[in-house]
Amino acid sequence: MRHIISLLMENEAGALSRVAGLFSARGYNIESLSVAPTEDPTLSRMTIVTSGSDAVIEQINKQLNKLVDVAALMDLSEGEHLERELMLVKVRAEGAAREELKRMADTFHGRIIDTTDHTYTIELTGSCAELDSLLEKIGRDLILETVRTGASGIGCGDRILKL
Amino acid sequence: MELTGAEILIRCLQEEQVEYVFGYPGGAVLFIYDELFKQDKVKHVLVRHEQAAVHAADGYARSSDKVGVALVTSGPGLTNAVTGIATAYMDSTPMVVISGQVPTFAIGEDAFQEVDAVGITRPCVKHNFLVKDVKDIASTIKKAFYLAKSGRPGPVLVDIPKDVSNHKTTFEYPASVSIRSYHPVSKGDSGQIRQAAQMLLEAKRPMIYAGGGVVLSDASAQLADLVRLLDSPCTNTLMGLGGFPASDKHFVGMLGMHGTYEANMAMQHCDVLLAVGARFDDRVIGNVEHFAQVPRKIIHIDIDPSSIAKRVKVDLPIVGDVRLVLDELLGVLRGGRQAPSPAALAAWWKQVDEWRAIGGGLRYKNSSEIIKPQFVIEKLHEITGGDAFITTDVGQHQMWTAQYYKFDKPRRWITSGGLGTMGFGLPAAMGVQMVNPGATVACVTGEGSIQMNIQELSTCKQFRLPIKIIALNNGYLGMVRQWQEFFHGNRYSETYMNALPDFVRLAEAFGHVGMRIEKPADVEPALKEAFARKNDLVFMDFRTDPTENVFPMVPGGKGLSEIILSEQL
Ligand SMILES: Cc1cc2nc3c(=O)[nH]c(=O)nc-3n(C[C@H](O)[C@H](O)[C@H](O)COP(=O)(O)OP(=O)(O)OC[C@H]3O[C@@H](n4cnc5c(N)ncnc54)[C@H](O)[C@@H]3O)c2cc1C
Ligand SMILES: Cc1ncc(C[n+]2csc(CCOP(=O)(O)OP(=O)(O)O)c2C)c(N)n1
Ligand SMILES: [Mg+2]
Repeated sequence: MRHIISLLMENEAGALSRVAGLFSARGYNIESLSVAPTEDPTLSRMTIVTSGSDAVIEQINKQLNKLVDVAALMDLSEGEHLERELMLVKVRAEGAAREELKRMADTFHGRIIDTTDHTYTIELTGSCAELDSLLEKIGRDLILETVRTGASGIGCGDRILKL
Repeated sequence: MELTGAEILIRCLQEEQVEYVFGYPGGAVLFIYDELFKQDKVKHVLVRHEQAAVHAADGYARSSDKVGVALVTSGPGLTNAVTGIATAYMDSTPMVVISGQVPTFAIGEDAFQEVDAVGITRPCVKHNFLVKDVKDIASTIKKAFYLAKSGRPGPVLVDIPKDVSNHKTTFEYPASVSIRSYHPVSKGDSGQIRQAAQMLLEAKRPMIYAGGGVVLSDASAQLADLVRLLDSPCTNTLMGLGGFPASDKHFVGMLGMHGTYEANMAMQHCDVLLAVGARFDDRVIGNVEHFAQVPRKIIHIDIDPSSIAKRVKVDLPIVGDVRLVLDELLGVLRGGRQAPSPAALAAWWKQVDEWRAIGGGLRYKNSSEIIKPQFVIEKLHEITGGDAFITTDVGQHQMWTAQYYKFDKPRRWITSGGLGTMGFGLPAAMGVQMVNPGATVACVTGEGSIQMNIQELSTCKQFRLPIKIIALNNGYLGMVRQWQEFFHGNRYSETYMNALPDFVRLAEAFGHVGMRIEKPADVEPALKEAFARKNDLVFMDFRTDPTENVFPMVPGGKGLSEIILSEQL
């Protein structure tokens, strides 16, 4: 099953490679990983999207917790949470497709942030599934490049990951 | 007053009461060696290869409950040390390894003798640090010792660039340490401990499976009390040997791939299994599916949550230090009125004793013509009164020592279990002898393994370490040959080593005593003579039966009850 795990870790050189190394060394799946400092510059917040059987997910959580640099961890999928991902997608926008693409972006509440006479760059924030679905709608023929940040996740209401 | 980074480092080691550092100098650690030279509190043991420095620090730590310390230079010094670090990591040895690094301004430029030490060692250390500022040396060393020793122990690497070791700052050793992202658990959950007590009291066929965690947490006394109170059979893993006395009637021997029939059968047929500081290794429970076929309840005590439910499902996990958890468990058991059912236990012991009779414990056919390796170990046990510190290398000789040297005390048995590192035995014995001067220390090895760190005979001479080397020389990389015999149609591909050295003359060349023993009748007198030489290192080259195999054996991937008992079966 797909899990989304949030970490607070020391904002130190090498901390990211400890997490990445753990996943490759132990053969765990990693769908996406995003990381940036928090309001406390000594801490980074990381969101990892992974998948595996319950036993594997349990090990992933334990192994992450065991890293000395990991200060706190929450498996967001175990409760209510929100996830958002940012995508920038550049598409070939010519002729009849141009109008159609604009409409698609609007339906998804995306924004066109750059236009030329033959391209659009669409910005979209949403769940990973929503982003997937826009890409599918556009179709690979029209897509010139896709940039995605990977998911960022946060617990709902009082589910707070803080030191 | 301001001190240099190197001075600070040495002051830190003094503060940690480090008596010995095992190491090897080089360019990146020149300032550190200069400071070592100027003082005499921290003594340095100059090895002949950095791998040996780390194994020696490992043997030092395992046989004493102290943190082992090794010091190596950058580049090749560090890479040579990696095998030692990985060995310590797999067996959870508390250790601090200090490595020199190229100066901070040269890092990343492919400078002379530069390697990414933190990157290379990351997967095989508990934690590591690159110290970029001299102001951080003291706090980093304090953290390194704390991390190495607390929770599940392990090696910690501190990489110090050359310029940092020469920069100056004021020195203050932190009195205490806390790391906000690191909180090892020590006390177990009381509710779960009470539940464990209940499950154990209700068990009809209890079994206790104790591992290296018992030794690491110095909980042998508590374990012995528990086993006797529950009147349960007890087995040890390879790493746990000595954690429960082998001479106790509750002991059913080691379990696993080369464990006894009775231990493996009891594991498979018990109804409540208490795992204590053991990690359900693949060499221990064999095939996981086969192991899980039986509906037994499993209680698992371990300080590392990731050891629990890693390979097998556990019914009752207890995260905590073995000693504290067992203390509390014993309190609950002694405080209650319930006792285990004598009738159920009698039936269970009858079954265990039947297995003992079938397995015959451990058996081999002795000979008057050719030396049987098991016979040498039995005699070694007899002559040392079962009280020696024994290190080993890796292979058949290691398994025979585990089986036939009946360890009654913890920290006497020093072997590389998790990584299985040939070349471990002799340097580990050096560390053991340094921290236990005057004690009897023997290294049981094979003619293959000993050659992996044989240069350390020179270190032994320099530091007058009277280690007894028991080489069970079967002329083969025996353990591999055994697998080739069983599973690869007797094709002994590259397991016979031609042109072995004359070990007697080799020992003599290093300034030691050498002995060659070729007849069974000479085994005992030779051992007696060697152990009587209290001040000499004696290298004993026992020519043993090249065809002997290690039994019992659970072939790789098989279940515990699919054990092969001996050649005839
Ligand atoms: C050739 C060869 C053959 C082998 N055959 C066998 C065999 O037949 N049988 C066998 O048993 N092994 C065998 N081994 C060894 C095997 O590979 C493992 O190293 C060994 O079984 C692991 O032992 P352990 O489970 O006790 O764990 P260890 O590696 O000793 O780990 C200790 C466990 O205790 C925990 N712990 C540490 N400190 C504490 C504390 N204070 N409180 C609580 N928990 C703590 C740790 O978290 C860990 O889970 C063999 C090795 C070789 C090289
Ligand atoms: C460094 C290293 N290389 C290879 C191996 C694989 N290996 C395991 S046992 C063994 C044979 C050891 O031979 P020897 O030291 O003569 O011991 P014996 O089995 O004959 O008692 C080998 C090659 C290992 N464990 N370690
Ligand atoms: Mg051999």
